[in-house]
Amino acid sequence: MTFDVARVRKDFPILDREVRPGVPLVYLDNAATSQKPQQVLDAMRDYYEQHNANVHRGIHTLAEEATALYEGARDKVASFINAADRREVIFTKNSTEALNLLARTIPLAAGDEVVVTEMEHHSNLVPWQLAAQRTGATLKWIGLTDDGRLDLADLDRTITANTKVVAFVHQSNLLGTVNPVDVVVAKAREVGAITVLDASQSVPHMGVDVQALGVDAVAFTGHKMCGPTGIGVLWGRADLLAALPPFLGGGEMIDEVTMAGSTWAVLPHKFEAGTPMIAEAAGLGAAIDYLTDLGMDAIRAHEHELTAYALDKLQRVEGLRIIGPTTTEDRGGAISFALDGIHPHDVGQLLDEKGVAVRVGHHCARPACLRYGVSATTRASVHLYSTTAEIDALVEGLDQVKAFFKR
Amino acid sequence: MTVDSLYQEIILDHYKNPHHRGLREPFDAEVRHLNPTCGDEITLRVQLDGDTVKDVSYDSEGCSISQASASVMTDLVIGKDLQTATATADEFLELMQSKGQLEPDEDVLEDAIAFAGVSKYPARVKCALLAWMAWRDAVGQARGEVGESTA
Repeated sequence: MTFDVARVRKDFPILDREVRPGVPLVYLDNAATSQKPQQVLDAMRDYYEQHNANVHRGIHTLAEEATALYEGARDKVASFINAADRREVIFTKNSTEALNLLARTIPLAAGDEVVVTEMEHHSNLVPWQLAAQRTGATLKWIGLTDDGRLDLADLDRTITANTKVVAFVHQSNLLGTVNPVDVVVAKAREVGAITVLDASQSVPHMGVDVQALGVDAVAFTGHKMCGPTGIGVLWGRADLLAALPPFLGGGEMIDEVTMAGSTWAVLPHKFEAGTPMIAEAAGLGAAIDYLTDLGMDAIRAHEHELTAYALDKLQRVEGLRIIGPTTTEDRGGAISFALDGIHPHDVGQLLDEKGVAVRVGHHCARPACLRYGVSATTRASVHLYSTTAEIDALVEGLDQVKAFFKR
Repeated sequence: MTVDSLYQEIILDHYKNPHHRGLREPFDAEVRHLNPTCGDEITLRVQLDGDTVKDVSYDSEGCSISQASASVMTDLVIGKDLQTATATADEFLELMQSKGQLEPDEDVLEDAIAFAGVSKYPARVKCALLAWMAWRDAVGQARGEVGESTA
Protein backbone atom coordinates (compact mmCIF):
# COMPACT_ATOMS: atom_id res chain seq x y z
CA MET A 1 0.00 0.00 0.00
CA THR A 2 1.48 3.37 -0.96
CA PHE A 3 1.22 6.28 1.41
CA ASP A 4 -1.06 8.91 -0.15
CA VAL A 5 0.13 12.12 1.47
CA ALA A 6 -2.31 14.27 -0.56
CA ARG A 7 -5.21 12.29 0.84
CA VAL A 8 -3.79 12.46 4.37
CA ARG A 9 -3.48 16.25 4.13
CA LYS A 10 -7.20 16.54 3.38
CA ASP A 11 -7.89 15.23 6.89
CA PHE A 12 -6.09 18.21 8.48
CA PRO A 13 -8.19 21.37 8.06
CA ILE A 14 -5.43 23.71 9.26
CA LEU A 15 -3.08 22.70 6.44
CA ASP A 16 -5.43 24.52 4.06
CA ARG A 17 -5.07 27.91 5.72
CA GLU A 18 -2.98 30.80 4.60
CA VAL A 19 -0.67 32.51 7.08
CA ARG A 20 -1.35 35.79 5.29
CA PRO A 21 -3.38 36.41 2.14
CA GLY A 22 -1.67 34.49 -0.64
CA VAL A 23 0.88 32.85 1.67
CA PRO A 24 -0.01 29.20 2.37
CA LEU A 25 1.11 27.53 5.59
CA VAL A 26 4.22 25.34 5.41
CA TYR A 27 4.16 23.68 8.81
CA LEU A 28 7.56 22.28 9.77
CA ASP A 29 7.32 22.63 13.55
CA ASN A 30 6.02 19.13 14.23
CA ALA A 31 8.51 18.28 16.96
CA ALA A 32 6.88 21.07 18.98
CA THR A 33 3.35 19.92 18.29
CA SER A 34 1.48 18.14 15.52
CA GLN A 35 -1.66 19.30 13.77
CA LYS A 36 -4.95 17.49 14.38
CA PRO A 37 -7.05 15.56 11.87
CA GLN A 38 -10.80 16.17 11.57
CA GLN A 39 -11.39 12.75 13.17
CA VAL A 40 -9.82 13.97 16.44
CA LEU A 41 -11.68 17.27 16.39
CA ASP A 42 -14.95 15.41 15.76
CA ALA A 43 -14.34 12.96 18.61
CA MET A 44 -13.82 15.78 21.11
CA ARG A 45 -16.81 17.72 19.87
CA ASP A 46 -18.96 14.60 19.94
CA TYR A 47 -17.92 13.92 23.52
CA TYR A 48 -19.06 17.37 24.68
CA GLU A 49 -22.20 17.39 22.53
CA GLN A 50 -23.40 13.88 23.34
CA HIS A 51 -21.64 12.23 26.27
CA ASN A 52 -20.28 14.85 28.68
CA ALA A 53 -20.33 13.58 32.28
CA ASN A 54 -17.82 12.83 34.99
CA VAL A 55 -16.26 9.40 34.86
CA HIS A 56 -16.19 6.42 37.23
CA ARG A 57 -18.86 7.77 39.57
CA GLY A 58 -22.34 8.18 38.18
CA ILE A 59 -24.60 5.32 37.32
CA HIS A 60 -26.55 7.34 34.76
CA THR A 61 -26.24 6.78 31.03
CA LEU A 62 -24.00 9.73 30.23
CA ALA A 63 -21.57 8.84 33.04
CA GLU A 64 -21.33 5.31 31.71
CA GLU A 65 -20.75 6.54 28.17
CA ALA A 66 -18.07 9.01 29.30
CA THR A 67 -16.38 6.30 31.36
CA ALA A 68 -16.46 3.93 28.38
CA LEU A 69 -14.81 6.61 26.21
CA TYR A 70 -12.16 7.38 28.80
CA GLU A 71 -11.34 3.77 29.63
CA GLY A 72 -11.65 2.87 25.94
CA ALA A 73 -8.86 5.36 25.22
CA ARG A 74 -6.72 3.56 27.80
CA ASP A 75 -7.30 0.28 25.98
CA LYS A 76 -6.31 1.92 22.68
CA VAL A 77 -3.10 3.29 24.18
CA ALA A 78 -2.28 -0.09 25.74
CA SER A 79 -2.71 -1.86 22.44
CA PHE A 80 -0.87 0.89 20.46
CA ILE A 81 2.30 0.47 22.55
CA ASN A 82 1.78 -3.25 23.23
CA ALA A 83 1.45 -2.89 27.01
CA ALA A 84 1.01 -6.25 28.74
CA ASP A 85 -1.78 -4.89 30.92
CA ARG A 86 -4.12 -1.89 30.51
CA ARG A 87 -3.58 -0.98 34.17
CA GLU A 88 -0.03 -0.04 33.27
CA VAL A 89 -1.29 2.96 31.27
CA ILE A 90 -1.59 6.12 33.41
CA PHE A 91 -3.04 9.29 31.91
CA THR A 92 -1.11 12.44 32.82
CA LYS A 93 -1.17 16.04 31.63
CA ASN A 94 1.83 15.53 29.33
CA SER A 95 5.24 13.85 29.16
CA THR A 96 6.63 16.34 31.65
CA GLU A 97 4.09 15.35 34.29
CA ALA A 98 4.69 11.65 33.60
CA LEU A 99 8.44 12.12 34.14
CA ASN A 100 7.90 14.26 37.24
CA LEU A 101 5.62 11.56 38.64
CA LEU A 102 8.49 9.09 38.45
CA ALA A 103 11.14 11.51 39.69
CA ARG A 104 8.94 12.35 42.70
CA THR A 105 7.99 8.79 43.63
CA ILE A 106 10.95 6.50 42.85
CA PRO A 107 12.78 6.16 46.19
CA LEU A 108 16.26 7.70 46.14
CA ALA A 109 18.78 8.43 48.88
CA ALA A 110 22.23 9.88 49.35
CA GLY A 111 24.76 7.62 47.62
CA ASP A 112 22.29 6.65 44.89
CA GLU A 113 22.96 7.80 41.34
CA VAL A 114 20.57 8.86 38.59
CA VAL A 115 21.92 8.74 35.04
CA VAL A 116 20.52 10.87 32.20
CA THR A 117 22.07 11.95 28.89
CA GLU A 118 23.37 15.26 27.64
CA MET A 119 20.68 15.32 24.93
CA GLU A 120 17.68 15.26 27.27
CA HIS A 121 14.81 17.66 26.87
CA HIS A 122 14.57 19.75 30.04
CA SER A 123 11.51 17.65 30.97
CA ASN A 124 13.71 14.60 31.48
CA LEU A 125 16.54 16.52 33.11
CA VAL A 126 15.13 19.11 35.51
CA PRO A 127 12.83 16.66 37.40
CA TRP A 128 15.88 14.46 38.11
CA GLN A 129 17.94 17.48 39.15
CA LEU A 130 15.16 18.31 41.61
CA ALA A 131 15.03 14.71 42.80
CA ALA A 132 18.78 14.70 43.37
CA GLN A 133 18.57 17.96 45.31
CA ARG A 134 15.73 16.64 47.44
CA THR A 135 17.22 13.24 48.24
CA GLY A 136 20.97 13.80 48.15
CA ALA A 137 21.33 11.42 45.20
CA THR A 138 23.93 12.25 42.52
CA LEU A 139 23.03 13.12 38.93
CA LYS A 140 25.34 11.80 36.22
CA TRP A 141 25.05 11.86 32.48
CA ILE A 142 26.12 10.12 29.32
CA GLY A 143 27.94 12.58 27.05
CA LEU A 144 27.57 13.04 23.30
CA THR A 145 29.82 12.49 20.31
CA ASP A 146 30.60 15.18 17.74
CA ASP A 147 28.16 13.60 15.28
CA GLY A 148 25.21 13.86 17.64
CA ARG A 149 25.09 10.43 19.23
CA LEU A 150 25.39 9.06 22.76
CA ASP A 151 29.01 8.49 23.70
CA LEU A 152 28.62 4.83 24.66
CA ALA A 153 32.32 4.53 25.48
CA ASP A 154 31.26 6.37 28.64
CA LEU A 155 28.63 3.82 29.58
CA ASP A 156 30.62 1.61 31.95
CA ARG A 157 31.92 4.63 33.85
CA THR A 158 28.54 6.31 34.06
CA ILE A 159 26.23 3.42 34.93
CA THR A 160 27.56 1.75 38.08
CA ALA A 161 26.42 -0.40 40.98
CA ASN A 162 25.13 2.79 42.63
CA THR A 163 22.86 3.67 39.68
CA LYS A 164 19.19 3.47 40.67
CA VAL A 165 17.60 5.11 37.61
CA VAL A 166 18.66 5.52 33.99
CA ALA A 167 16.39 8.08 32.30
CA PHE A 168 17.00 8.76 28.62
CA VAL A 169 15.38 9.96 25.47
CA HIS A 170 14.35 7.61 22.66
CA GLN A 171 14.53 10.19 19.87
CA SER A 172 16.13 13.58 20.51
CA ASN A 173 13.89 16.58 19.87
CA LEU A 174 16.93 18.73 19.07
CA LEU A 175 19.25 16.37 17.15
CA GLY A 176 16.79 13.85 15.70
CA THR A 177 19.04 11.03 16.96
CA VAL A 178 17.33 7.70 17.71
CA ASN A 179 19.19 6.14 20.61
CA PRO A 180 20.17 2.46 20.94
CA VAL A 181 17.71 1.58 23.70
CA ASP A 182 18.89 -2.04 23.83
CA VAL A 183 22.50 -1.10 24.68
CA VAL A 184 21.51 1.28 27.49
CA VAL A 185 18.90 -1.12 28.88
CA ALA A 186 21.35 -4.04 28.89
CA LYS A 187 23.84 -2.03 30.93
CA ALA A 188 21.15 -0.71 33.30
CA ARG A 189 19.84 -4.23 33.88
CA GLU A 190 23.30 -5.46 34.79
CA VAL A 191 23.28 -3.09 37.77
CA GLY A 192 19.56 -3.43 38.53
CA ALA A 193 18.65 0.17 37.69
CA ILE A 194 15.15 1.28 36.70
CA THR A 195 15.03 2.46 33.06
CA VAL A 196 12.83 5.40 32.07
CA LEU A 197 12.40 6.26 28.38
CA ASP A 198 11.20 9.64 27.14
CA ALA A 199 9.38 8.59 23.98
CA SER A 200 7.71 11.93 23.26
CA GLN A 201 9.38 12.17 19.84
CA SER A 202 9.29 8.50 18.91
CA VAL A 203 5.76 7.26 19.66
CA PRO A 204 4.26 9.74 17.12
CA HIS A 205 6.59 8.61 14.33
CA MET A 206 7.32 4.88 14.64
CA GLY A 207 5.82 1.75 16.05
CA VAL A 208 6.85 1.56 19.71
CA ASP A 209 6.54 -1.76 21.56
CA VAL A 210 7.23 -1.13 25.23
CA GLN A 211 7.74 -4.82 25.98
CA ALA A 212 10.21 -5.30 23.13
CA LEU A 213 12.16 -2.20 24.23
CA GLY A 214 12.63 -3.79 27.63
CA VAL A 215 12.45 -0.53 29.59
CA ASP A 216 10.60 -0.16 32.89
CA ALA A 217 8.70 3.06 32.13
CA VAL A 218 7.87 5.21 29.12
CA ALA A 219 6.51 8.76 28.84
CA PHE A 220 4.87 10.38 25.83
CA THR A 221 2.35 13.07 25.03
CA GLY A 222 -0.85 13.24 23.01
CA HIS A 223 -0.39 16.52 21.21
CA LYS A 224 2.67 15.43 19.24
CA MET A 225 0.81 12.38 17.88
CA CYS A 226 -2.12 14.19 16.27
CA GLY A 227 -4.06 14.20 19.55
CA PRO A 228 -5.03 17.13 21.75
CA THR A 229 -2.92 19.03 24.26
CA GLY A 230 -3.56 18.36 27.94
CA ILE A 231 -3.14 14.59 27.89
CA GLY A 232 -0.01 12.47 28.11
CA VAL A 233 0.80 8.91 29.04
CA LEU A 234 2.98 7.22 31.60
CA TRP A 235 3.40 3.54 30.93
CA GLY A 236 5.18 1.53 33.58
CA ARG A 237 5.57 -2.13 34.40
CA ALA A 238 2.80 -3.07 36.83
CA ASP A 239 5.17 -4.27 39.55
CA LEU A 240 7.14 -0.99 39.42
CA LEU A 241 4.03 1.23 39.51
CA ALA A 242 2.41 -0.86 42.25
CA ALA A 243 5.48 -0.41 44.46
CA LEU A 244 5.62 3.38 44.09
CA PRO A 245 3.78 5.71 46.49
CA PRO A 246 1.03 8.00 45.11
CA PHE A 247 2.05 11.22 43.34
CA LEU A 248 -0.96 13.55 43.69
CA GLY A 249 -3.62 12.98 46.30
CA GLY A 250 -7.34 13.61 45.95
CA GLY A 251 -10.49 12.08 44.55
CA GLU A 252 -10.37 8.99 42.35
CA MET A 253 -7.02 7.81 43.70
CA ILE A 254 -8.25 6.48 47.05
CA ASP A 255 -9.65 3.24 48.33
CA GLU A 256 -10.83 4.17 51.82
CA VAL A 257 -10.63 7.59 53.46
CA THR A 258 -11.04 8.43 57.15
CA MET A 259 -9.98 11.54 59.00
CA ALA A 260 -7.08 9.55 60.37
CA GLY A 261 -5.75 8.42 57.02
CA SER A 262 -6.41 6.84 53.65
CA THR A 263 -5.57 3.86 51.51
CA TRP A 264 -4.92 3.94 47.80
CA ALA A 265 -6.86 2.75 44.82
CA VAL A 266 -5.39 0.04 42.62
CA LEU A 267 -3.64 0.84 39.33
CA PRO A 268 -4.13 2.82 37.22
CA HIS A 269 -6.35 5.01 39.42
CA LYS A 270 -3.77 5.37 42.18
CA PHE A 271 -1.95 7.81 39.89
CA GLU A 272 -5.00 9.63 38.47
CA ALA A 273 -6.19 12.00 41.20
CA GLY A 274 -9.13 14.26 40.43
CA THR A 275 -11.39 14.53 37.40
CA PRO A 276 -9.27 13.48 34.44
CA MET A 277 -9.05 14.94 30.92
CA ILE A 278 -12.00 13.08 29.46
CA ALA A 279 -12.51 14.94 26.18
CA GLU A 280 -8.76 14.81 25.61
CA ALA A 281 -8.77 11.05 26.17
CA ALA A 282 -11.52 10.74 23.57
CA GLY A 283 -9.40 12.83 21.21
CA LEU A 284 -6.27 10.79 21.90
CA GLY A 285 -8.21 7.59 21.26
CA ALA A 286 -9.32 8.97 17.89
CA ALA A 287 -5.72 9.98 17.08
CA ILE A 288 -4.52 6.45 17.81
CA ASP A 289 -7.25 5.02 15.57
CA TYR A 290 -6.18 7.45 12.85
CA LEU A 291 -2.47 6.56 13.10
CA THR A 292 -3.25 2.85 13.32
CA ASP A 293 -5.43 2.99 10.19
CA LEU A 294 -2.58 4.57 8.24
CA GLY A 295 -0.06 2.19 9.80
CA MET A 296 2.94 3.28 11.82
CA ASP A 297 5.31 1.48 9.46
CA ALA A 298 3.91 3.39 6.47
CA ILE A 299 4.15 6.67 8.42
CA ARG A 300 7.74 5.92 9.37
CA ALA A 301 8.69 5.05 5.78
CA HIS A 302 7.14 8.30 4.50
CA GLU A 303 8.97 10.38 7.10
CA HIS A 304 12.21 8.49 6.44
CA GLU A 305 12.03 9.47 2.78
CA LEU A 306 11.30 13.09 3.69
CA THR A 307 14.18 13.16 6.16
CA ALA A 308 16.60 11.83 3.53
CA TYR A 309 15.34 14.44 1.08
CA ALA A 310 15.62 17.27 3.62
CA LEU A 311 19.10 16.27 4.83
CA ASP A 312 20.33 16.19 1.25
CA LYS A 313 18.76 19.52 0.28
CA LEU A 314 19.81 21.32 3.46
CA GLN A 315 23.42 20.18 3.22
CA ARG A 316 23.60 21.80 -0.21
CA VAL A 317 22.78 25.19 1.34
CA GLU A 318 26.04 27.07 1.62
CA GLY A 319 26.96 28.07 5.16
CA LEU A 320 24.49 25.63 6.73
CA ARG A 321 25.68 23.23 9.42
CA ILE A 322 23.45 20.42 10.65
CA ILE A 323 23.52 19.94 14.43
CA GLY A 324 22.98 16.19 14.78
CA PRO A 325 23.41 13.15 12.55
CA THR A 326 23.76 14.06 8.86
CA THR A 327 22.48 10.72 7.55
CA THR A 328 19.16 8.95 8.04
CA GLU A 329 20.72 6.10 9.99
CA ASP A 330 19.04 5.85 13.42
CA ARG A 331 17.55 9.27 12.90
CA GLY A 332 14.12 10.86 12.90
CA GLY A 333 12.72 13.86 11.07
CA ALA A 334 13.67 16.71 13.42
CA ILE A 335 16.59 18.54 11.82
CA SER A 336 18.43 21.33 13.65
CA PHE A 337 20.87 23.56 11.87
CA ALA A 338 22.94 26.73 12.14
CA LEU A 339 23.27 29.22 9.33
CA ASP A 340 26.56 31.10 9.17
CA GLY A 341 26.38 34.54 10.77
CA ILE A 342 22.58 34.66 11.00
CA HIS A 343 20.85 34.14 14.32
CA PRO A 344 18.07 31.50 14.35
CA HIS A 345 15.56 34.12 15.54
CA ASP A 346 16.16 36.11 12.38
CA VAL A 347 15.99 32.96 10.27
CA GLY A 348 12.66 31.98 11.82
CA GLN A 349 11.22 35.46 11.45
CA LEU A 350 12.04 35.73 7.76
CA LEU A 351 10.86 32.17 7.06
CA ASP A 352 7.53 33.03 8.70
CA GLU A 353 7.23 35.83 6.18
CA LYS A 354 7.12 33.05 3.56
CA GLY A 355 4.62 31.04 5.61
CA VAL A 356 7.28 28.53 6.69
CA ALA A 357 6.83 27.65 10.37
CA VAL A 358 9.98 26.33 12.06
CA ARG A 359 11.15 26.41 15.66
CA VAL A 360 14.08 28.54 16.78
CA GLY A 361 15.85 28.64 20.12
CA HIS A 362 17.37 25.99 22.37
CA HIS A 363 14.34 23.69 22.08
CA CYS A 364 14.35 23.00 25.83
CA ALA A 365 17.63 21.13 25.33
CA ARG A 366 20.07 23.85 26.28
CA PRO A 367 22.87 21.53 27.52
CA ALA A 368 22.98 19.81 24.12
CA CYS A 369 23.08 23.21 22.37
CA LEU A 370 26.02 24.21 24.57
CA ARG A 371 27.71 20.89 23.79
CA TYR A 372 27.66 21.83 20.10
CA GLY A 373 28.75 25.41 20.72
CA VAL A 374 25.51 27.14 19.79
CA SER A 375 23.10 29.12 21.96
CA ALA A 376 20.22 28.33 19.63
CA THR A 377 19.37 26.49 16.43
CA THR A 378 16.74 26.59 13.72
CA ARG A 379 14.80 23.33 13.64
CA ALA A 380 12.62 21.94 10.88
CA SER A 381 10.63 18.83 11.74
CA VAL A 382 8.31 16.72 9.59
CA HIS A 383 5.26 14.60 10.29
CA LEU A 384 3.05 12.21 8.40
CA TYR A 385 1.43 14.98 6.33
CA SER A 386 4.68 16.76 5.37
CA THR A 387 5.77 16.89 1.72
CA THR A 388 8.94 17.34 -0.33
CA ALA A 389 7.39 20.56 -1.68
CA GLU A 390 7.43 21.89 1.88
CA ILE A 391 11.13 21.04 2.21
CA ASP A 392 11.70 22.89 -1.08
CA ALA A 393 9.86 25.93 0.33
CA LEU A 394 12.11 25.82 3.39
CA VAL A 395 15.30 25.67 1.33
CA GLU A 396 14.09 28.46 -0.96
CA GLY A 397 13.25 30.50 2.13
CA LEU A 398 16.75 29.96 3.53
CA ASP A 399 18.28 31.30 0.32
CA GLN A 400 16.14 34.42 0.73
CA VAL A 401 17.17 34.77 4.38
CA LYS A 402 20.82 34.71 3.34
CA ALA A 403 20.22 37.23 0.58
CA PHE A 404 18.40 39.55 3.03
CA PHE A 405 21.26 39.66 5.51
CA LYS A 406 23.91 39.98 2.83
CA ARG A 407 22.46 43.18 1.39
CA MET B 1 2.51 44.08 8.38
CA THR B 2 5.69 43.29 6.49
CA VAL B 3 9.06 42.19 7.68
CA ASP B 4 10.57 45.47 6.52
CA SER B 5 8.74 47.27 9.33
CA LEU B 6 10.65 44.97 11.69
CA TYR B 7 14.06 44.99 10.04
CA GLN B 8 14.55 48.72 9.57
CA GLU B 9 17.79 49.83 7.92
CA ILE B 10 18.86 51.52 11.21
CA ILE B 11 18.50 48.20 13.03
CA LEU B 12 20.53 46.31 10.45
CA ASP B 13 23.23 49.02 10.59
CA HIS B 14 23.55 48.77 14.37
CA TYR B 15 23.52 44.96 14.09
CA LYS B 16 26.40 44.95 11.64
CA ASN B 17 28.36 47.74 13.35
CA PRO B 18 27.44 47.75 17.03
CA HIS B 19 28.40 50.75 19.18
CA HIS B 20 30.21 50.54 22.54
CA ARG B 21 30.52 46.76 22.31
CA GLY B 22 32.99 44.86 24.51
CA LEU B 23 33.43 44.70 28.29
CA ARG B 24 35.39 47.56 29.82
CA GLU B 25 36.94 48.49 33.17
CA PRO B 26 36.27 50.09 35.52
CA PHE B 27 32.67 49.27 36.36
CA ASP B 28 30.39 49.44 39.40
CA ALA B 29 28.11 46.53 38.57
CA GLU B 30 27.96 43.64 36.14
CA VAL B 31 24.84 41.62 35.29
CA ARG B 32 24.06 38.71 33.00
CA HIS B 33 20.59 38.45 31.50
CA LEU B 34 19.13 35.63 29.40
CA ASN B 35 16.15 35.35 27.16
CA PRO B 36 15.28 31.78 28.12
CA THR B 37 12.95 31.19 25.19
CA CYS B 38 15.56 31.77 22.51
CA GLY B 39 19.00 31.74 24.10
CA ASP B 40 19.85 35.42 23.62
CA GLU B 41 22.21 36.53 26.36
CA ILE B 42 24.01 39.65 27.45
CA THR B 43 26.66 40.47 30.05
CA LEU B 44 26.50 44.17 30.80
CA ARG B 45 28.56 46.54 32.95
CA VAL B 46 27.63 49.96 34.23
CA GLN B 47 29.90 52.63 35.61
CA LEU B 48 28.28 55.58 37.35
CA ASP B 49 29.85 58.90 38.21
CA GLY B 50 27.53 60.38 40.80
CA ASP B 51 24.24 60.70 38.96
CA THR B 52 25.80 60.33 35.53
CA VAL B 53 26.00 57.14 33.48
CA LYS B 54 29.70 57.26 32.75
CA ASP B 55 29.98 54.03 30.74
CA VAL B 56 27.97 51.01 29.68
CA SER B 57 29.86 48.11 28.15
CA TYR B 58 28.54 44.73 27.12
CA ASP B 59 29.20 41.39 25.54
CA SER B 60 26.21 39.75 23.97
CA GLU B 61 24.99 37.05 21.69
CA GLY B 62 21.67 36.94 19.97
CA CYS B 63 19.47 37.93 17.07
CA SER B 64 19.74 41.16 15.08
CA ILE B 65 17.00 42.81 17.14
CA SER B 66 18.63 42.13 20.51
CA GLN B 67 22.09 43.10 19.26
CA ALA B 68 20.97 46.31 17.60
CA SER B 69 18.90 47.24 20.64
CA ALA B 70 21.95 46.97 22.92
CA SER B 71 23.94 49.20 20.58
CA VAL B 72 21.19 51.84 20.36
CA MET B 73 20.65 51.73 24.12
CA THR B 74 24.30 52.55 24.88
CA ASP B 75 24.09 55.56 22.55
CA LEU B 76 21.07 56.80 24.47
CA VAL B 77 22.27 56.37 28.05
CA ILE B 78 26.04 56.91 28.11
CA GLY B 79 26.85 60.40 29.34
CA LYS B 80 23.26 61.09 30.43
CA ASP B 81 22.15 61.76 33.97
CA LEU B 82 20.27 58.88 35.54
CA GLN B 83 16.92 60.64 35.54
CA THR B 84 17.06 61.32 31.80
CA ALA B 85 18.38 57.86 30.98
CA THR B 86 15.68 56.18 33.10
CA ALA B 87 12.98 58.32 31.48
CA THR B 88 14.27 57.20 28.07
CA ALA B 89 14.21 53.57 29.21
CA ASP B 90 10.62 54.04 30.40
CA GLU B 91 9.61 55.55 27.07
CA PHE B 92 11.26 52.71 25.15
CA LEU B 93 9.46 50.15 27.32
CA GLU B 94 6.17 51.92 26.65
CA LEU B 95 6.88 51.85 22.91
CA MET B 96 7.64 48.12 23.02
CA GLN B 97 4.37 47.43 24.85
CA SER B 98 2.34 49.55 22.42
CA LYS B 99 1.58 46.80 19.86
CA GLY B 100 2.37 49.27 17.12
CA GLN B 101 -0.15 51.86 18.40
CA LEU B 102 2.34 54.49 19.59
CA GLU B 103 4.09 57.17 17.53
CA PRO B 104 7.64 57.29 18.91
CA ASP B 105 9.24 60.62 19.84
CA GLU B 106 12.46 60.92 17.86
CA ASP B 107 13.77 63.72 20.11
CA VAL B 108 13.82 61.28 23.02
CA LEU B 109 14.40 57.91 21.40
CA GLU B 110 16.62 58.87 18.45
CA ASP B 111 17.65 55.66 16.59
CA ALA B 112 15.44 53.63 18.94
CA ILE B 113 12.35 54.81 17.01
CA ALA B 114 13.34 52.15 14.47
CA PHE B 115 12.11 49.55 16.96
CA ALA B 116 8.50 50.77 16.74
CA GLY B 117 7.82 47.95 14.25
CA VAL B 118 9.13 45.34 16.71
CA SER B 119 6.22 46.09 19.04
CA LYS B 120 3.93 44.45 16.49
CA TYR B 121 5.81 41.15 16.86
CA PRO B 122 5.14 39.96 20.44
CA ALA B 123 7.74 37.19 20.17
CA ARG B 124 10.46 39.74 19.46
CA VAL B 125 9.67 42.37 22.10
CA LYS B 126 11.75 40.47 24.65
CA CYS B 127 14.71 40.56 22.25
CA ALA B 128 14.47 44.35 21.98
CA LEU B 129 14.12 44.76 25.75
CA LEU B 130 16.91 42.41 26.85
CA ALA B 131 19.72 45.01 26.96
CA TRP B 132 17.46 47.67 28.51
CA MET B 133 16.37 45.31 31.30
CA ALA B 134 20.00 44.38 31.94
CA TRP B 135 20.93 48.06 32.08
CA ARG B 136 18.16 48.82 34.58
CA ASP B 137 19.25 45.89 36.74
CA ALA B 138 22.93 46.93 36.60
CA VAL B 139 22.12 50.52 37.55
CA GLY B 140 20.05 49.28 40.47
CA GLN B 141 22.93 47.12 41.67
CA ALA B 142 25.47 49.91 41.16
CA ARG B 143 23.32 52.10 43.40
CA GLY B 144 23.10 49.35 46.02
CA GLU B 145 19.49 48.41 45.39
CA VAL B 146 18.40 44.78 45.49
CA GLY B 147 18.73 43.43 41.97
CA GLU B 148 16.34 41.29 40.00
CA SER B 149 18.91 39.25 38.16
CA THR B 150 17.56 36.32 36.17
CA ALA B 151 20.87 34.52 36.21
